[in-house]
Amino acid sequence: MSRESALVSADWVSERLDDPSIVLIEVDEDTSAYDRSHIRGAIKLDWTTDLQDQVRRDFVNKAQFEALLSDKGVSNDSTVVLYGGNNNWFAAYAYWYFKLYGHHDVKLLDGGRKKWELDARELSDETVKLEPTSYTASEQDGTIRAFRDEVVAAIGAQNLVDVRSPDEYAGRLLAPAHLPQEQAQRAGHIPTAASVPWSKAANDDGTFRSDEELKEIYTEAGVDWSKDTIAYCRIGERSSHTWFVLKELLGQENVKNYDGSWTEYGSLVGVPVALGDEPGVA
Amino acid sequence: MCGAVKGGLSLDGVDVAKEAIIQGQVLRGEDAVGNAYVRLLDRTGEFTAEVPTSATGHFRFFAGPGEWTLRTLAPQTEPVDTVVTAAKGVVAEVEIAL
Repeated sequence: MSRESALVSADWVSERLDDPSIVLIEVDEDTSAYDRSHIRGAIKLDWTTDLQDQVRRDFVNKAQFEALLSDKGVSNDSTVVLYGGNNNWFAAYAYWYFKLYGHHDVKLLDGGRKKWELDARELSDETVKLEPTSYTASEQDGTIRAFRDEVVAAIGAQNLVDVRSPDEYAGRLLAPAHLPQEQAQRAGHIPTAASVPWSKAANDDGTFRSDEELKEIYTEAGVDWSKDTIAYCRIGERSSHTWFVLKELLGQENVKNYDGSWTEYGSLVGVPVALGDEPGVA
Repeated sequence: MCGAVKGGLSLDGVDVAKEAIIQGQVLRGEDAVGNAYVRLLDRTGEFTAEVPTSATGHFRFFAGPGEWTLRTLAPQTEPVDTVVTAAKGVVAEVEIAL
């Protein structure tokens, strides 16, 4: 993967709004944003209902994902272009999710909904319904998803990248500052994790920084490019953004997203937790 | 949107005593700006959070106590920075003029 194959510009999308081989999908943290307006022809995925099992804390299974995409009108050979609000957090999460289930041609709109709005580009409130398809997913790709035991094993051994804000990393906040702070879990970070807030990878308008700038940011933060990497945040969506940067833009091998992230790790009994601005020791 | 709505977002269901809230409204003249983005930067200038404004131009953050900067982005407008101090149990109200 590379920037050229994984990322598209707003101009690229504008020129292809009527191309039937492209399925444009909006995924937002605020799941009502699409209903107010969206890019013309785009369909919606709701990360809270479409992409989560409604009983267990886990993803929908392969059969459910197949049924979802078939119903939404996504084909195996569709070029899927994802975008969303919040600097593409949940669009990047959906991108990673599509890769997890083996979709070949998936791209992210650089800057997402914010850049599109700041450019004052056209938005539509027309309902979009594509013809149903018969979608076939692959088994989950275990090389890009990390579970808690391998995260604990990675302490002091692999790159752990904590992409939350500095105050969440240090334990001064438990959630992003646009959300209420009451939570059950302990505050802090996984010992030895480098603090590289996801926002360092993005410009103010939500577009990604250049490959050179990105490489420098992670190198300065102590990422060892010869080691495997696990990225985490609070619930796995901001770390999808960083997973996208490391794996898809910079082409780093062996990068996993820990979707359990701090809401799981910070609730585990018996695991080490570091407080403060320093990574801490294994 | 013409005629900005006074009063702000509802705090129903929020335990204000536990939170250090920063909230307010983005205005261009008398009009609310409903398609702006407000970024919350910490004392070192590091990004902490961002919200789009509501149709009435309102926004809210659950910050921590201390000094923060709000950076407001809107179409065809240069970013506007506003410094604000948050404290636990207090709702800091900010009006941002573009």
